[in-house]
Amino acid sequence: MCGIVGLYLKNAELQSQLGSMFKPMLVEMSSRGPDSAGVAIYRNPVESSQIKFSLAHSNPGFLWETLGTNLSASLNCEVSTSTVASHCILITDAAETEVISWLQTNYPEVRIVGSGKSIEIFKEVGPPEMVYEQFDLEKASGTHMIGHTRMATESAVTTAGSHPFATGADLCLVHNGSLSNHNLLRVKLEHEGITFQTENDTEVAAAYMTWKIRSGATLRQALEDGINELDGFYTFCIGTQDGFAVVRDPIACKHAVMAETDDWVAMATEFRAIAHLPGSDQAKIWEPEPSTIYIWGEQ
Amino acid sequence: MDILDLKEVGVRGVNSVLHDLELSRNKSYRIDNPMGQHAIACGLDAQMQVQIEGHVGFYCGGMNQQAEIMIKGHAGVGVAENMMSGIVHVSGNASESAGATAHGGLLVIEGDASSRCGISMKGVDIVVGGSVGHMSAFMAQSGNLVICGDAGDALGDSIYEAILYVRGEVASLGADCIEKEMRAEHMLKLKEILEISSLKADPTEFRRYGSARTLYNFDIDNADAY
Repeated sequence: MCGIVGLYLKNAELQSQLGSMFKPMLVEMSSRGPDSAGVAIYRNPVESSQIKFSLAHSNPGFLWETLGTNLSASLNCEVSTSTVASHCILITDAAETEVISWLQTNYPEVRIVGSGKSIEIFKEVGPPEMVYEQFDLEKASGTHMIGHTRMATESAVTTAGSHPFATGADLCLVHNGSLSNHNLLRVKLEHEGITFQTENDTEVAAAYMTWKIRSGATLRQALEDGINELDGFYTFCIGTQDGFAVVRDPIACKHAVMAETDDWVAMATEFRAIAHLPGSDQAKIWEPEPSTIYIWGEQ
Repeated sequence: MDILDLKEVGVRGVNSVLHDLELSRNKSYRIDNPMGQHAIACGLDAQMQVQIEGHVGFYCGGMNQQAEIMIKGHAGVGVAENMMSGIVHVSGNASESAGATAHGGLLVIEGDASSRCGISMKGVDIVVGGSVGHMSAFMAQSGNLVICGDAGDALGDSIYEAILYVRGEVASLGADCIEKEMRAEHMLKLKEILEISSLKADPTEFRRYGSARTLYNFDIDNADAY
């Protein structure tokens, strides 16, 4: 099962309503994925000299401010932190690789959920509506969001196993389906220096995209290669800095539907998630084709 | 015409009115705010007219007998699946497995149908105004699938005795599906189906496909394929 949803606003005037428009989409997919939920929201881009991290800790009382102060002192950099439930948005002008290695050394229990200029990722175990409310997303402004409601089949119900999975700067991926060659691919990617946090099949797909893009591929090239190398059933929705992408496996038996109006583009596992959007009754609606890459925002 | 607001009464509320055949027989209904919900107007078993004002989710009009169901919008997965008789008409596009296993009646899709349209159809007539996706008419047993646009890969794979009419291009034919001669009786049948469907197309522009009947019996020469 699992439900995935994506919403990209073409009309900038709607940006202040992004969080409220997206909520019923995610909640409508609760029956497909009641275990856990996660979203990526693209908002408040940082300066070109800065980077934004989404971090998570299993202890809800964890003192993110202290982590920020220590990071600032150790790397001699500017750091700001804002705590959102079990997550923290950390913005710094230090180099990304230095921050990651500092975190791994000093705070190995902190999970790096995502990083980039505008992406923020929040995910947690629990019913989707509760997860959404706990991260205070209903009033959020932004340009686009993707989300996932999970019914676990391939690995445990944990926050770390929830989607979205980051796949590089400002990229993340949500998945409906199951991959059959993820163990083999995981070994291959580990040889390439990629590290894994879970036994999850989707994390392997995300790591594969990360590796491809790190090796110089464009998003489209990475997805094209993925169609050849990822074996299994999947509909992926990939959040990018400027929009989102959708791709389905060659058999295309994992549901997906897309809708577009002058104001927005949306994708969902089932149309009932999109039915809540204003203007959905007049939208152009179609099912995305197999092995076909749809990208909005960037090529 | 009675109006049922699905947002108010839910799918169960709508369907229980339509299933009360003593009251619903020979009546007309309009269903407002379908909200992409599943199984709307499923299992109807009397003559009645149902007009759905918007996009529907999965299995709309499934198992239909006798009723005429008009969907003014997009239809989700498995529209009119296992229909026995009656008419289901979709004004927009349809998702995968439209008309799956349907035994009879008429399914009209004005737009495109996605993959597996008419999979295992068993006697239904399906008319698609646009194109169909891959694996359409897979293991189709009986009935007619009329495609006014193009067909995706592996059309009619492992087909039995259903007849496929395609006006546009066929990306590829599935195993044991071949082009066949368009004889006078096929032209007549196609003309009749197109007229009933009210979609405008010239029957002379279509080509006919069907079973080569080489998979009906086990052939030792195919043993390597298993």
